Amino acid sequence: MNDMATLKDLKRGQRAKIRAVRAAGGIRRRLLDLGLIEGTEVECLGKSPAGDPTAYLIRGAVIALRSEDSSQIFISD
Amino acid sequence: MGLTSGSTGIKALDRGLVIKRQGARDFVVALAGNPNVGKSTVFNGLTGLNQHTGNWPGKTVTRAQGRCNYKDSTYILVDIPGTYSLMAHSAEEEVARDFICFGSPDAVVVVCDATCLERNLNLVLQTIEITDKVVVCVNLMDEAKKKKIRIDLERLSSKLGVPVVGTAARKKRSLDRLMQALDGLINGEGKLSPIKIRYIEPIEEAVAMLEPLIARRTGGKINPRWLSLKLLDTDETLLKSMRDYLGYDISEDKEIKAALERAWSHLEEKGIDREKLRDKIVSCLVLTAEAICRDSVKFEKQGYDLTDRKIDRILTSKVTGFPIMLALLALVFWITITGANYPSQLLSDLLFSFQDVLSGFFEHLNAPDWLHGALVLGVYRVLAWVVSVMLPPMAIFFPLFTLLEDLGYLPRVAFNLDKYFKKCSACGKQALTMMMGFGCNAAGVVGCRIIDSPRERLIAIITNNFVPCNGRFPTLIAILTMFFVASSGIGGSVMSALLLTCLIVLGIAMTFVASKILSMTILKGIPSSFTLELPPYRRPQVGKIIVRSIFDRTLFVLGRAVMVAAPAGLVIWILANVTVGGDTLLNHFSGFLDPFARLMGLDGVILMAFILGFPANEIVVPIIIMSYMSTGTLIELDSLSELRQLFVENGWTWITAVSTMLFSLMHWPCSTTCLTIKKETQSLKWTLISFAVPTLAGIIICIAFANIARLFM
Repeated sequence: MNDMATLKDLKRGQRAKIRAVRAAGGIRRRLLDLGLIEGTEVECLGKSPAGDPTAYLIRGAVIALRSEDSSQIFISD
Repeated sequence: MGLTSGSTGIKALDRGLVIKRQGARDFVVALAGNPNVGKSTVFNGLTGLNQHTGNWPGKTVTRAQGRCNYKDSTYILVDIPGTYSLMAHSAEEEVARDFICFGSPDAVVVVCDATCLERNLNLVLQTIEITDKVVVCVNLMDEAKKKKIRIDLERLSSKLGVPVVGTAARKKRSLDRLMQALDGLINGEGKLSPIKIRYIEPIEEAVAMLEPLIARRTGGKINPRWLSLKLLDTDETLLKSMRDYLGYDISEDKEIKAALERAWSHLEEKGIDREKLRDKIVSCLVLTAEAICRDSVKFEKQGYDLTDRKIDRILTSKVTGFPIMLALLALVFWITITGANYPSQLLSDLLFSFQDVLSGFFEHLNAPDWLHGALVLGVYRVLAWVVSVMLPPMAIFFPLFTLLEDLGYLPRVAFNLDKYFKKCSACGKQALTMMMGFGCNAAGVVGCRIIDSPRERLIAIITNNFVPCNGRFPTLIAILTMFFVASSGIGGSVMSALLLTCLIVLGIAMTFVASKILSMTILKGIPSSFTLELPPYRRPQVGKIIVRSIFDRTLFVLGRAVMVAAPAGLVIWILANVTVGGDTLLNHFSGFLDPFARLMGLDGVILMAFILGFPANEIVVPIIIMSYMSTGTLIELDSLSELRQLFVENGWTWITAVSTMLFSLMHWPCSTTCLTIKKETQSLKWTLISFAVPTLAGIIICIAFANIARLFM
């Protein structure tokens, strides 16, 4: 996986570890509260019928994120 | 356009609530927890109250309080809005945090979801940082058991250093244990040694530079370690609340200011800037929670959430997502229409035969005609109509909808529709508030508090009225069935349900159009970020829902019928029977409205009914009937076909029927909703706009429809 890979690039069923959260402001804090910190493992569960948002399994909870936000979260495998 | 917190309802949140302790054995207990962990169910179970519950995050938007007696003490429970954290990102979190910090509760119960404990512990740890008096209630143990998630409560308790109780809030017995633990805590039984969260060295050093000083300044009113962390983190909203609480600005204190500067430069030296500090603080909390769970939670079944994922795949897939959504909607309508048929007929037979008894009684008393007219033909008849025609569909639709809500389906709808809300520069959670509108638009407007962005919240409030509430469905169903469904029986009811679904889809489409127009004009802006949680599916408490919502709804509608429909019946009767200048007031009024109403495909009476129906949508059809009957020949009205006959005699065509339904779908919000909008937005301007937007949309669409349709007649 390249260095610029983000959550947005994950396909259904793929897992990855969070490398950095680039999102700023309120959404950044919310993501942190959901436990999305460096090293957290996340699984992509699939897109909504219209293609966006996408659901992710984050620490046992299913959270949907819009592509604008998931593209701000960098991952490594 | 000025978007201030005051204009969008943030101020409407009931903050600063002071709870009165009435005796020495009265204790205030805050009920905190992540959104959607069954907090309200615990609350209801303990207090015997009846807060609305539902399986989606953000259900409780207002604070509720109730009493609960245990042994010789009285506990005043305060149900605060669900929050993921106390680091206050939204108005609800601020309310929750302020109450825990400054509301001086005697104890805080943090309700957790056993199936997602690790995430929930974040809030537990943050609460323990503020106060020692914490009881952790691990709720939904039954759901966890089903998923083979085993939680070692004793180990959890020893790790956290506070009492931990496992509950299944639906089972009352488990709540007794919670009260026992709470009682023990408050009476000082048992040793407490709440966990101290260790932060990384530089942060601990920085805290040490502040803590002793803060302890001296606040004199034990606030936990000094926690406050030091918050000062380092410069939590603005907290500082403001603290200023109100302490009566002075602690961050303005010279010595503290100096110590803070020293601590910050210490952190800088260690390579931790402000942004990074927040990250590190949160990371430490998350990692602590992770470590605690590693020891006390066992997932005995790999893929414990497989069933949920499978259901999700069906309900939110590209191929089946939307069709299932529409099919469910149509199914709910079909059950409503079919189910309402029989009780409707029964009630109508009963109530209208009683009308004859009443008339006989008045005759027997030799009561004057006007008295009989006003009370029996006016008040009683409108009441009878509301009860027999409006009530049954309302009493059936509401529990069905609640069932879907309890299952956890609504967040999936929000997930499916979010893309379209994004295209309108609106928030995906608007789908949730929109669906709340099906139950009651006023409730939908209050629900808009779950939307954090003020701009997006206003859009959701203004457009909420485009989905018909429970009080408008019966009108739509009656007109649909009268004019567009030829056959009776199963075929007929299926047809009615499908047509109604189309009408609702039109309402949803209008929601999108209006949202888009608003975000291109008076509420310009780009869509803000948000996270949408898709909670695990839960088995709804079917029996309880049905009993409760039929009972509650029935009482509510009956109450409203008496309060609103009865006076309206009187007013109509007076209008129809007082003559001025050779014609009745009713004819004057409807005659005045008639030219404009005709342009919209309606007639003066229909438009007048909508205007007089402002207090409650349920009374629109009864007013139309009353008005027609008072001017025409009096007939016995006990079936829809006779009603259709009456309408046709008064000039209704299919164009009138469609126009009436369109206008019912799109017109001003009822008076209750308007008042709620005023309260939520704290602004007359936005209330007027919320009034004008659906009304203008309705007028324009009705005029367009009627005139185009007439071309083809």
